[in-house]
Amino acid sequence: MLAAAGSGHPGGSLSAVEILCALYLCVLRHNPAEPLWPDRDRFILSKGHAVPVLYAVLAECGYFPEEELTTLRKLGSRLQGHAFAYFQPGTEGLRTPIQSPPGIEMCAGSLGQGLSFSIGQALAARLDGRDYRVYCLLGDGELGEGQVWEAALAAAHYSLDNLVAIVDRNRIQNDGFVDDILRTDPLIEKWEAFGWRALDIDGHDLRQVIDALEKARTVKGKPTVIIAHTIKGKGVSFMENTASWHGRAPNREEAERALAELA
Amino acid sequence: MTLAPPAMAATREALGPTLVRLREEGLDIVVVDADLGVSTTARVFAAAFPERFFTVGIAEQNMIGVAAGFAAAGKIAVASTFAVFAPGRCFDQIRIAVAHPHLNVKIIGSHGGLTVGEDGISAQAIEDLALISSLPGFTVIVPADVIEAAQAIETALREPGPYYIRCSRAKTPVIYDATYRFQLGKAHLLRPGKDVTVIALGVMVKPALAAAAKLREEGIDCRLLNMATLRLLDEEAIIAAARETGAIVTAEEHLVHCGLGSMVSQVVTANQPVPMGFVGMKDRYAESGAPDQLLEKYGLTADDIAREVRTVLKRKKD
Repeated sequence: MLAAAGSGHPGGSLSAVEILCALYLCVLRHNPAEPLWPDRDRFILSKGHAVPVLYAVLAECGYFPEEELTTLRKLGSRLQGHAFAYFQPGTEGLRTPIQSPPGIEMCAGSLGQGLSFSIGQALAARLDGRDYRVYCLLGDGELGEGQVWEAALAAAHYSLDNLVAIVDRNRIQNDGFVDDILRTDPLIEKWEAFGWRALDIDGHDLRQVIDALEKARTVKGKPTVIIAHTIKGKGVSFMENTASWHGRAPNREEAERALAELA
Repeated sequence: MTLAPPAMAATREALGPTLVRLREEGLDIVVVDADLGVSTTARVFAAAFPERFFTVGIAEQNMIGVAAGFAAAGKIAVASTFAVFAPGRCFDQIRIAVAHPHLNVKIIGSHGGLTVGEDGISAQAIEDLALISSLPGFTVIVPADVIEAAQAIETALREPGPYYIRCSRAKTPVIYDATYRFQLGKAHLLRPGKDVTVIALGVMVKPALAAAAKLREEGIDCRLLNMATLRLLDEEAIIAAARETGAIVTAEEHLVHCGLGSMVSQVVTANQPVPMGFVGMKDRYAESGAPDQLLEKYGLTADDIAREVRTVLKRKKD
């Protein structure tokens, strides 16, 4: 997909594969035939540059045709470089959004915004007496954005136990290792200090991911964050653990080598 | 029941009561605030509907994101704070979370302009209209008085899409009465005229009326338009004014190089070029002071409008 596009973010997409699969294939209450089902669980991709993995999973689930994946980032495509959702008033007035493509809940790409958006959705659920849950995936570099912590304070303040944040802790950001750019550890202690329940898992162990998401359901009175330890570029030997594959698409030859390894 | 309006009222006073009334009529409103609900009067709504009022503390970026999340879940989300903070502090959030996806978020930028007064520069928004008007898809309204403000807020809540409404801290003269009907996208003709047109909005409408009266005594027949809807401008009214009166002066409580004046200029030069003059803040910051003192010192009075009209008329080719 990224090779066809010629640009994009493979590293941070590959690190989130198990998380996205666990959500869409096992945990989320959702219906690809009814993307705007009011009682659906919401998945908010805050690390918007990882949208290729979301598009792949959505296509796999049947939200839109798989053939459309190779149109990523091309002029006129529904699959924008960072997730995009357009809301237009439907014939019933103000309440009918149009998602384009189906399954994308929020415009992303500017980091640090997803958790705030997730809070709005979680509070709306409570106000409406609906029991859907809201899941928000953030990057660890993204935790540098102050808005994330504004949201963390507010989510705890409002005791949002229908909200789960997942941090894709692949330890690398655009310019290098998170530890060298802006150290965010210790994460568990930080989130707990902000009033969250914090879980620590191997983000590539599907069983651990599912168990943590299920465990989050049982937490009452506070939101839950899952710190998922991952490897940027996981599964492709020449992409693993390097910053250079944060924002560079593979060329044709590299793509073929990568696909061969992943198979 | 309509009471006679008071002679002076702050446009911000329209917010809380209007939201309460609309909620009572069944609109699915939520209000997100950043610890300024007492000042913006959003707290009046909170008192009536506490389950629909959410403060996020002093965190404007989060405020916008939360409002967007509510709007995406089907609510009409009002986000209120001072104009310096929204759009000032959360421009990217407004751009990406609200403007781009065209969500039902209505931003109330209260305490706009110089008439914030003594709090000084950090509270005086003189560039908020430039910032918010830059965003495709946003409707921007600057009501001239509390009557117009209530109707503008109601329009914003009933119509789909992103809205920005600028309100003032200080009490300003009430211009309209209960018979007034605000029309979105249409300038209100306050005074017909044929020699020159003054296009004003917000706090500058009342001084514009006084200037027109003064100029009448000098034999100058001034058309006066209240251009309350800044985006999208009533281009028809502007072009007609240019064609029929041959000269235009704009008046705004904002920087002149990036607000009403500059946007009206674009319409005029593209369609019907005529001499233009501009009254407003001239490329500098103000300071602490009483509202009337600031308007006087920084050139935003009826006398300044009249002076600018006389200057522009000298350039008008008859």
